[in-house]
Amino acid sequence: MPFIPHTDDDIRAMLATIGVERIDRLFDEIPQALRCPEALGEIPPALSESGIGRLMRERARADGEPLCFIGAGAYDHHIPAAVWELVSRGEFYSAYTPYQAEASQGTLQVLYEFQSMMSALTALDASNASLYDGASALAEAVLMALRANRRCTSQRVLVPRALHPLWRRTLATIVEPQGVELIEAGFDIASGQSSVAHYAEAAGEDEIAAVIIAQPNVFGVLEPVDALTDWARARGALVIGAVNPLALALLSPPGDWGAQGADIACGEAQPFGMPLASGGPYAGFLCCRQSHVRQLPGRIVGRTLDADGRVGFTLTLQAREQHIRRSKATSNICTNQGLMVTAATIHLALLGAEGLERVAAQCHANTAHLVERLAAIPGVEPLFSGAVFHERALRLPLPSAEVLESLAAHELLGGFALDAHYPELGPALLVCATEARTEEEMAHYADLLGRILGARLASH
Amino acid sequence: MLIHDQSRAGRRATTQAPLNPPAPEGIPASLRRRQRAALPEVSEMQVVRHYTRLSQKNFSIDTHFYPLGSCTMKYNPRACNSLAMLPGFLARHPLAPDSHGQGVLACLHDLQDILKAVTGMHAVSLAPAAGAQGEFAGVAMIRAYHRARGDVARTEILVPDAAHGTNPASAVMCGFVAREIPTGPDGDVDLEALRAAVGPQTAGIMLTNPSTLGVFDRNIEAIARTVHEAGGLLYYDGANLNAILGKVRPGDMGFDVIHMNLHKTFSTPHGGGGPGAGPVGVSARLEPYLPVPLVARDETGYRWLTEADRPDSIGRLSAFGGNIGILLRAYVYARLLGREGMGRVAEFATLNANYLLARLTEAGFEAAYPKRRASHEFILSLRREARDWGVTAMDVAKRLLDHGYHAPTTYFPLLVPECLLIEPTETESKEMLDGFVEAMTAIRREAEEDPERLRGAPWTQPVRRLDEVRAARHLDLAWSAQPQGANHGES
Repeated sequence: MPFIPHTDDDIRAMLATIGVERIDRLFDEIPQALRCPEALGEIPPALSESGIGRLMRERARADGEPLCFIGAGAYDHHIPAAVWELVSRGEFYSAYTPYQAEASQGTLQVLYEFQSMMSALTALDASNASLYDGASALAEAVLMALRANRRCTSQRVLVPRALHPLWRRTLATIVEPQGVELIEAGFDIASGQSSVAHYAEAAGEDEIAAVIIAQPNVFGVLEPVDALTDWARARGALVIGAVNPLALALLSPPGDWGAQGADIACGEAQPFGMPLASGGPYAGFLCCRQSHVRQLPGRIVGRTLDADGRVGFTLTLQAREQHIRRSKATSNICTNQGLMVTAATIHLALLGAEGLERVAAQCHANTAHLVERLAAIPGVEPLFSGAVFHERALRLPLPSAEVLESLAAHELLGGFALDAHYPELGPALLVCATEARTEEEMAHYADLLGRILGARLASH
Repeated sequence: MLIHDQSRAGRRATTQAPLNPPAPEGIPASLRRRQRAALPEVSEMQVVRHYTRLSQKNFSIDTHFYPLGSCTMKYNPRACNSLAMLPGFLARHPLAPDSHGQGVLACLHDLQDILKAVTGMHAVSLAPAAGAQGEFAGVAMIRAYHRARGDVARTEILVPDAAHGTNPASAVMCGFVAREIPTGPDGDVDLEALRAAVGPQTAGIMLTNPSTLGVFDRNIEAIARTVHEAGGLLYYDGANLNAILGKVRPGDMGFDVIHMNLHKTFSTPHGGGGPGAGPVGVSARLEPYLPVPLVARDETGYRWLTEADRPDSIGRLSAFGGNIGILLRAYVYARLLGREGMGRVAEFATLNANYLLARLTEAGFEAAYPKRRASHEFILSLRREARDWGVTAMDVAKRLLDHGYHAPTTYFPLLVPECLLIEPTETESKEMLDGFVEAMTAIRREAEEDPERLRGAPWTQPVRRLDEVRAARHLDLAWSAQPQGANHGES
């Protein structure tokens, strides 16, 4: 019996202790009419480990390993071998949520170290121990900001149109049932940048509770974070920075934006040790100023002392959480992304701030180099004039879906089709070359795209 | 010692980052970071030793028995991990085209079918990243259903008082008011109270069955009838699905929408708190509202369905497709069990729970519901021990750690005083259960003879009981280069 250790003797002895003759008798409180012995007929019969291994390897091969130039919220970075060797240790992998602190000091300390690292990167006081992903973390950040902005009665939140379209959709799903009004702030079609004027126009005269600033935005373009932050604060709104954490190795952290800094920072920790894996599991992070910490959702670890005065770690401020506060909790979140946080923590420890800077700089240079090569192809040119970090939008002479399909037929994933989400841009492709891409791979992309476009345009 | 405390300026793991990256060009100085983040500077070996040693300060299923009620801490088969981590699966970008995802999509489509069959639901979405997100999605679908019918006066979600805290919290996140329904003396929902509570304001009820009291609600058909007749829908919290897997299906009990915790019932790892996966299943009338993306199959192969294919969907719950790596682990587990193995899960989980209950009752412990059959879990109340010897459920829980057993769930559900909620799962052997009974018996004897020993426990762990009041009053949530407390004052 798969994973059931009972022998016939065990079963007999256990039933005798309970005082029933058959296992089936243990279900005698369930109304007979509900029991459905044929229910599992549609489930395939059991496979051996070797059988399922064969099937899974075949399927993994079917997905291929195409050359990847897509970024758009998930990045193909090098992951040090030590990261998953350590994360896969059973003591991390199969541990429960650290409610019993004395038997969970390993997990708790990892989470405290993660919080410390994210606080340092964002230049904010506190971090939680993770949320599901970057997009859902942004939704929690918005709900948190509405609770934290006590002086404000408005439920209006400014969302830049240049924020990742899938993040905007996630945000809408999660916050709109609570009556939050999401107002879109546009961007400049020449620079790809959002400006104070765009935010001000979207805000109008009415009160706004919170403002989201994406750094970089979905186009890779860098936003004027200082001016936007100062404007939002002057309007009485809380400032939420939605940031790529790797970018923070080079870019001004949310805590330093404008005269007073952002209130909240959130984002996707995938660039730190998490494989692409079709989109998950990743980990969302959420950091804030100390004054908002009681509105922070999710688990938080604190350092304290034990009965003998030794330093130890425990979950803290649990009165915010659903298992204590029920309908008045800051969020319904329970399970988070603990194991992915373990990966992120080990990844950050291995790289350090200097290593992160190197990775960020190499990605940035690779994308610039790739863009230079691609823009040499007739009909291809950079779409926006604004400064970018490690990702860039290109104008194409043909609809990007068509171009991407042709590239994919040659086992190359050319980027993210922006025109599907931003029809106003015309045929537009977002490309990214991380530090894991080589000179040869970038040359191959340029060569392939040149040939495909040449053939297509000639036949038009 | 924190990894930060091992840091020395200039030390680094040089093989992990590009050797000679060009200086970043084109980034305006005003947008550049002025001061490097204070991350540790350590060698690779220091990192490996540090985190290996930290791992050794954990209990885990791989090292210990975890009789944690409502958490289903069963064995996590190794094959599930290694096969979900095959390079082809790990390397796939979430925005890669369906043509380069036929393998992973086939697994997910199969998993949707298996979950439909085992729960008796009409359709399944794998998108929710955890149980609580599944609850959110389920309640949001109930909201969408009523709204589509113009039935907007339904503002209440009913929740039994024994429910997990996530239930009322999820209802509130979807804009509803959560209204509590009391439990009767035998552990079933109080039917009279339920009948009095339902009405035109009732959007639905969220129910766990078997409940968190470790008993199967015998009135489930009457509950379903009562709520449906009032125009409400039934939500099944799948936290305890392990108790009925292969025996009864939520769809057959009359539930309209359910979530499953794959990190419980389908044996994916808890990972120190996550990631989980919380797929939702629905009856036909709720299908249009399922969260996206979903996996469909047609003559050309498998493909993702998104907002464009499902205009009435409640929407997207995360940027991409949820915790796909966890879904792959659950899929491998389901295929290893097959239909025969899946039918045995509830049987042996229930056998183990009832055996443990019988033995612990024999040993002098008080069952909270002695006249009821245990489901896959059961509750002991230590109110007599607390009254006679002044030891609490927490003391017993902490002393169990010294005996090498993880503590059961304590003080939940809140209805039963001094309670331990115990769930052994089907993967534990009789010897392990017998060992646990011996430890509990020894602790009970000690409670009478030397209660101080319990009150001071644990004695053998890396730390003794932690000062949680201090942790909350003197918040220390992040390492700081300054002396402790310098930048995180009391609050």
